[in-house]
Amino acid sequence: MATNGTEFESVRTVSVVRHYKLGRTLIPAVDGVSLAAGRGEFIALLGASGSGKSTLLNLIAGLDRPDSGAIVVEGSDLATMSSEQLAQYRRHTVGMVFQSFNLVPTMTLYENVELPMRFAEVKRKERRARGVEALERVGLGDRMQHRPSEMSGGEQQRAALARALVNRPKLLLADEPTGNLDSKTGKEIMDLIRELNRTLEMTVIMVTHERSLAERYANRLVFLGDGKLVGESVNELEKIGATR
Amino acid sequence: MRAYDLIELAGRNLREAGLRNSLTTLGIGVGVASLVAMLSLGIGLQKLATRQLGRSGLFDTVVVTSRQDSRGPRFAQAAPVTGQAKPLDDAARRSFEQMPNVAEVYPNFSAVGDVRLESNKSGSHFTVVGTLPQSARNSESFDDVQGSFFSANDAQEVVILSDFGRELLDLPREPRGSDLKLTQDQADQLLGKYVVLRYHKREAGESAPLSGKATKKKGESDPDDIDNGDATQAEDTQSFNLVPQQLKLKIVGIVSSEPNRGLRQGRTPVFLPLALAESLDMVQAGELWSTLRPSETKIYIALIVRVAKSKAVAQVEEDIKKQGFSTFSILDASKGITRFFTFLDLFLGIFGSLALAVASLGIVNTLVMAILERRREIGIMKALGASDGDVKRIFFFEAGSMGLLGGALGAGLGWTIGRVINFATNIYLQRQDIKPENFWVIPPWLVGAALAFSIFVSLFAGLYPASRAAKLDPVQALRHD
Ligand SMILES: Nc1ncnc2c1ncn2[C@@H]1O[C@H](COP(=O)(O)OP(=O)(O)O)[C@@H](O)[C@H]1O
Ligand SMILES: [Mg+2]
Repeated sequence: MATNGTEFESVRTVSVVRHYKLGRTLIPAVDGVSLAAGRGEFIALLGASGSGKSTLLNLIAGLDRPDSGAIVVEGSDLATMSSEQLAQYRRHTVGMVFQSFNLVPTMTLYENVELPMRFAEVKRKERRARGVEALERVGLGDRMQHRPSEMSGGEQQRAALARALVNRPKLLLADEPTGNLDSKTGKEIMDLIRELNRTLEMTVIMVTHERSLAERYANRLVFLGDGKLVGESVNELEKIGATR
Repeated sequence: MRAYDLIELAGRNLREAGLRNSLTTLGIGVGVASLVAMLSLGIGLQKLATRQLGRSGLFDTVVVTSRQDSRGPRFAQAAPVTGQAKPLDDAARRSFEQMPNVAEVYPNFSAVGDVRLESNKSGSHFTVVGTLPQSARNSESFDDVQGSFFSANDAQEVVILSDFGRELLDLPREPRGSDLKLTQDQADQLLGKYVVLRYHKREAGESAPLSGKATKKKGESDPDDIDNGDATQAEDTQSFNLVPQQLKLKIVGIVSSEPNRGLRQGRTPVFLPLALAESLDMVQAGELWSTLRPSETKIYIALIVRVAKSKAVAQVEEDIKKQGFSTFSILDASKGITRFFTFLDLFLGIFGSLALAVASLGIVNTLVMAILERRREIGIMKALGASDGDVKRIFFFEAGSMGLLGGALGAGLGWTIGRVINFATNIYLQRQDIKPENFWVIPPWLVGAALAFSIFVSLFAGLYPASRAAKLDPVQALRHD
């Protein structure tokens, strides 16, 4: 494992393998992926459906464990963590957004945003301010008491973003965040993610299959095929923009 | 996760599936109610039985006889006759009285006499005369006394059995049972009226009979009945005189059953206050057989020791035995009764628990359903940082809440059912002219135990769903369909 540049590194995966058993056959969903993301970097994971993008993201999120290989995030090796420590890691280090938003339908937007603070044991007094701040940041300061079913898809995804950032994670993992949105709303969400990436210096790893979006927003594009890294391209244009 | 977050999350889940959870809770409630109802019936019956037995004087009574007197009550022979024999005299009586947990000591008094109504010169009735100590006023027989108990321990008063009352009034024998109460009219004819009791008083044996009075001379006692070797009875050839006496007594109470029957034998229809009877020096039934003679110190045939609480009977009995007397109590019988009720309670408890067991399956079912429904939500919570333990605790808390609510509901329901059945049964009993009884007792500990048991059972039922929810794979749960 590379030791130099560790302090600038947010995520590093080393030969990560994750396969699923289907009957007798092993399906290698992720098959030896080594990938590094620097702090504050915006990486787009591209690939055809079934190429293992979500599986890799879930491994980095600590929701799943690799069959072999190592995943180091912010200096700690996920393989050495107990499941309780992994939960703690998800609470404080990772924020996640999904294609299908995954808001709890019976909770208001504010309650959805409060949920990760409950698990992180944020003091009650602090919660209100942090929740309001997060919702205002995504432009939903006046919709806090609404339920997800009363909101448009774009608004739901913005609420999900507020929920993902409320515990101030260093890493944002987004699995096709615009997949369920029209292109205009999708761009709004992407703008928001880029803003979080820049102002909060969150490292972003975003799964998408829309190359155009990836090229427009990401610093680097990583291509997966059949669970393997098949290509990588640095988005020079974006990189210049990122360094301002 | 902090406790209030746990409570809030579990609480909102419970509310979210309100109807289903309410029904499950109601099921637990019914289960607990059946358990409470069953056990309180058992407890009530046991209380009723021990109260009745306690008031019958059977279980808190120790009969003490002297070891030298093998002629005591038949049952005295059951006690081992070892150690040094001591006379059963006033000193012994006082020493019993001073023992801890002893409520009362009185002689087993049984005399015979002629009783007639003062107004009725001709019809006299030969009868056994007994005594009642002050404690007898609490005995069951006095619950429906016509009239009252003695006004004082030495009052010149008498309490009679209703059956004997009919004899005094020259009414025909009651075919429906001798313990039938007198009618108000019949009782009024007796209460406050006087009877004349003729009996024999014992006087120190002198060679010459008292002048002017009829004197019977008692000959030598039956040698079979005497322990002739005993020093205190060396002068057993001495005789004493029986002097006829007459006493006017006011009828103050009529009871339909013998109060303080205890271990008394035969039928005693007439009762005098204890102190009065003792002052009369009446010749007692047993004395005719024994060599007991009037002397400076009074010797008792048997003393009845009433123990304050039946639990202390064994200890008191032991202490008295150590003093060198023979004792008898029916403690062993009471042990059997306790055992019977333990089994009854166990049986009723198991029966009652069955409903709770069925209800706890309802909890399992409800929570497993909830896991299926909240699959995605559990996945979201895990993605947001909930640990397996957090998820487990939420489900566990939901199970516990249903247990607590169901338990409280059930305790209340059980109590109400008990009240209603008690009430209904007592109406029935009253129609049958039987005294109402409180045979459904819910002590506070039963309510507490029912609650605790209900929570325990619910948590146990929540064990499987909670661990299943905790093990749920978030990746699977979140895969979009
Ligand atoms: N639970 C599972 N059981 C069996 N196969 C799975 C499971 N999850 C994912 N896979 C397989 O792993 C491969 C990668 O899946 P995924 O990571 O979801 O792909 P992507 O997100 O790139 O579309 C696919 O072939 C998929 O069918
Ligand atoms: Mg996917």
